[in-house]
Amino acid sequence: MLIYIVKRLLVAVPTLLAVLTVVFFFVRIAPGDPTFIILGDQASQQAIAAVHHELGLDRPMLVQYLDFMSTVLQGDLGNSLVTHRPIWNEVANVLPYTIELTLSALFIGVVLGLPLGIAAARHRNETLDYAARIFSLLGLSFPAFVSAIMLLLAFAIELHWFPVISEARTGDPLSRVSALVLPAVNLGLIMVAYVMRVARSSMLGVLGEDYIRTARSKGVPARVVIWRHALGNALIPVVTVVGLYLGVLIGNSVLTEIVFNRPGLGKLIVNSLNQRDYTMLEGLMVIYAFIIVIVNLLTDLTYGLVDPRVRQR
Amino acid sequence: MSAVAAASARGAWAHLASGIRRHKMASFGAGIVVLVALSALLAPWLAPHDPLEQDVLLRLAQPTADFPLGNDSFGRDILSRILWGGRVSLYVSTLAVLIAIIVGGALGILAGYIGGLFDRIVMAAMDVLLSFPTLVMGLLVVAMLGPTVGNLILAITLTAVAPFARIARAPTLAVKERDFVEAGRALGFSNLRLMVVHILPNVVDDILVMAALWLATAIRTEASLSFIGLGVRPPTATWGGMIREGFENILDSPWLAIFPSLAILVVMFGLNMLGDGLRDTSDPRLRHE
Repeated sequence: MLIYIVKRLLVAVPTLLAVLTVVFFFVRIAPGDPTFIILGDQASQQAIAAVHHELGLDRPMLVQYLDFMSTVLQGDLGNSLVTHRPIWNEVANVLPYTIELTLSALFIGVVLGLPLGIAAARHRNETLDYAARIFSLLGLSFPAFVSAIMLLLAFAIELHWFPVISEARTGDPLSRVSALVLPAVNLGLIMVAYVMRVARSSMLGVLGEDYIRTARSKGVPARVVIWRHALGNALIPVVTVVGLYLGVLIGNSVLTEIVFNRPGLGKLIVNSLNQRDYTMLEGLMVIYAFIIVIVNLLTDLTYGLVDPRVRQR
Repeated sequence: MSAVAAASARGAWAHLASGIRRHKMASFGAGIVVLVALSALLAPWLAPHDPLEQDVLLRLAQPTADFPLGNDSFGRDILSRILWGGRVSLYVSTLAVLIAIIVGGALGILAGYIGGLFDRIVMAAMDVLLSFPTLVMGLLVVAMLGPTVGNLILAITLTAVAPFARIARAPTLAVKERDFVEAGRALGFSNLRLMVVHILPNVVDDILVMAALWLATAIRTEASLSFIGLGVRPPTATWGGMIREGFENILDSPWLAIFPSLAILVVMFGLNMLGDGLRDTSDPRLRHE
């Protein structure tokens, strides 16, 4: 297992370096000079040159690149062009909101999606199965901002069950939870749809295997066959989907945060887009890519845990 | 393309078409998609009003016989804007997915066929692309380069190339070891001919199945970008842009956001049903479901 972990880490490192390189060059080839954001359109040549010097933009590209790589790898993302505060501080202020939102969505998705998918596979082509499949198709069809608007309309604007703006007062746990419910349900239900369909189809695949037939013909009770014999193998694709789904989840959380006017990484990125805060965008892209690469790594390691055969390869 | 390739490509299409016909869900989904595509194509003739015509007196008016879905905050007809908006959404997403299929498919086949260092470099590049969340990458590309139709297509294409490259590479790896490819090589066929005539037909099925699902994803990405304010510039109607405008008036005129949302839902539901059905029919293990 240790060798497997080390091998996977060795693959993740070059990907991360390549991702950082892409971020660096992407932000620099884009048209528009960040200097104008600081100085306005009427700035004199001298002032522009002074700011370029201050930001290090007058150095050769290669020097800038190496400097960027070394500071980022030391964990320093620099300062925001707009607020001049360290990017880490800005991120740390809102990160807990995004984390609590995505973790609750993951929780809802797995806790509801997995049993539903298994039940649908066991009762294949019965009413429950059809209902589950229609629900999962619907879940896949809802763009996150559309479902968010519908939830907001129904439960916040019409029924007044939850606040319209999900910005919780700090220090009041109850208001924080009630502000979290609708956004988390929004992300969670979409996730349920993904998890359920994969759990269903992988369970169906496993239930057709010979060893399951053997267990059944030996007289092993259905419940034991499902939970002890089949589940382990059926989980592997589910783990993949949860890992792959993270990219979608991040995108959906951006949209959810906008609709519910909730603080978080998503609102931070949209604000910095509007303000053309290039350094902040660069920092956020690095953070997002880091998260994805690390979750992919964790996903692969989870395979190793779930499926001993993977470790051998 | 040679006659053989054309015939096998036709074979793949015919196979898919008969699969759709036999599969209830797939044909229902295909029907919805065709209807939506037709309504968008025929928008100039179907739309009862000019989608850009403003009327202060009809500002946020509720649905009436003349304006069945009501009017937006500029007094524009919502039904006409939905019909016209479909053109932008479908045009951008279809073109983006087509380019992604061609570029990604070619990269995947080349990587699988050539193998070695080239394969590793291409797939590493795809891994890098996959390291950015779809929407975040779209956001950045459009925000940096500007919200034009071309840049939107580029942004969505970038999010879809890597999956198509992966899906094309896997069957290529398996097929290139098979006897008929070996025989072709022994007969002195060029690599290009082997890839186009002998390998491509074996990849087309998988790609077409994925295309329906990715078209849905592309429509969702386009709508999301428009909703955030990075879509095709107003006053051009787009579904996501209309929902954005409706969301600003959500408290007093919720239908502004609801009707274009329904349009997106219908086309997404149709595409997902079609994609699911196609996958069922192309997977022999699920064929008798």
